Amino acid sequence: MAINTDKNVYTVVFASVMVVVVGSILAFLATGLSGRINENMRFEKQQNILYAMGVNENADEGSVNFVPTDEVESEFSQYITEQIVIKGDEVVENKEAYLIDMKKQLALAKKGQTPELPLFIGEKEGKKFYVIPMYGKGLWDDIWGYIALDSEMVVQGVFFDHKGETPGLGANINQRYFMDDFSGESIMDGTKYAGINVAKGNNDPLNNDKDDNEVDALAGATITGNGVAAMIKETVNLYKDYLQTIRTN
Amino acid sequence: MALLSKKDANLIKDPLADNNPITIQVLGICSALAITAELKASVVMAIAVMFVLGVGNVVISAMRNIIPSKIRIIVQLIVVATLVIVVDQVLKAFAYPLSKTLSVFVGLIITNCIIMGRFEAFALGNGLWRSFLDGIGNSLGYGIILVIVGFFRELLGSGTLFGFPVLGDPIEKTGLYSIGYENNGFMIIPPAALIVVGIIIWVQRSRNPALVEEN
Repeated sequence: MAINTDKNVYTVVFASVMVVVVGSILAFLATGLSGRINENMRFEKQQNILYAMGVNENADEGSVNFVPTDEVESEFSQYITEQIVIKGDEVVENKEAYLIDMKKQLALAKKGQTPELPLFIGEKEGKKFYVIPMYGKGLWDDIWGYIALDSEMVVQGVFFDHKGETPGLGANINQRYFMDDFSGESIMDGTKYAGINVAKGNNDPLNNDKDDNEVDALAGATITGNGVAAMIKETVNLYKDYLQTIRTN
Repeated sequence: MALLSKKDANLIKDPLADNNPITIQVLGICSALAITAELKASVVMAIAVMFVLGVGNVVISAMRNIIPSKIRIIVQLIVVATLVIVVDQVLKAFAYPLSKTLSVFVGLIITNCIIMGRFEAFALGNGLWRSFLDGIGNSLGYGIILVIVGFFRELLGSGTLFGFPVLGDPIEKTGLYSIGYENNGFMIIPPAALIVVGIIIWVQRSRNPALVEEN
């Protein structure tokens, strides 16, 4: 039987049925998979935090290797000794501080309200690490990361990631050759909390100068690089009152 | 190919050469420029498009007699978007690291004009099997250009292939770099892809003058 597909009634009915069918498929899928997806995201956060403080399986070949997913939970509770939330002058311990959404907290801070800022205190081989989550904007979309400091405000490791930076250009902020450069840089310029700049043409591509608050930028990714620098600066600025209490130099 | 009749085999072969979606139909240029700075991304994109176009063509072909022609473009768009989201969600749940690699491509696949182009030009008028072959053929044709462009851009721009340094270390000055060779930074920015695609088009048309359009 041939159907007259040009009739308005048919078109409307077809569109309605299609919307219902597609909507149900997607809704069914989203609810069915949300448990697994959330767990994957939780593990990823733990892996990223541990990565920044140097708990990872990086080998010499230069690729990023996290702690395996099935071990990350136990490693996380082993290395992260304390998770705190800083709200104004109040500092409380919170075992689920790592689940706090930094994007929301930064939005609160921008509106002039007091954000709840998570900070993770880790210990590895007798050394203390302060891991701070970061959130910012790249060229196309959100970028985020973690920065691990010691009590002298020297970067011990970083981790960056992005939602949709250009593959091969800005997307490379999550590559070792970019992230490794941050290690050893101080976020202090004298007594000022200066952050770390992602600089073009600073004549230091090997990043031998660790006192210049600068790392070498990625070619072809100026805006993403600027986003990373702005993100570090903003985060450090938010945390500086607390950092002041732990700073030893 | 004994498996396919001659007519069917041409559905696969034509897009690889004389009816290539990028160099002849000039479709899918945007993604070809955006993601070909490295070879790995090119390959991932080619596989992702192959899946979406293969399955999407079959779905559209199955619905071709009941789709109201007035809203057919919207229907096509919904089919692509749904497919891509389904794949994205399933990967997020079961292959999380892979989904991270692909996330940036999701938007690029939905807007890829090859997909809408093949739905409109082929799947709406042909049967399931032929539509499937057409989808695979066109995504192969698309993929092969992506890989060629990605190869040259990554090799000349970064001196690596699939992330492995093949020309030596540009900072330590080993391999080719020791005799003064430098990476061409221009190759990793999108305009370089346009030039590489242009060269491919030039080579292809000079080998087969029948492809040159008459003015």
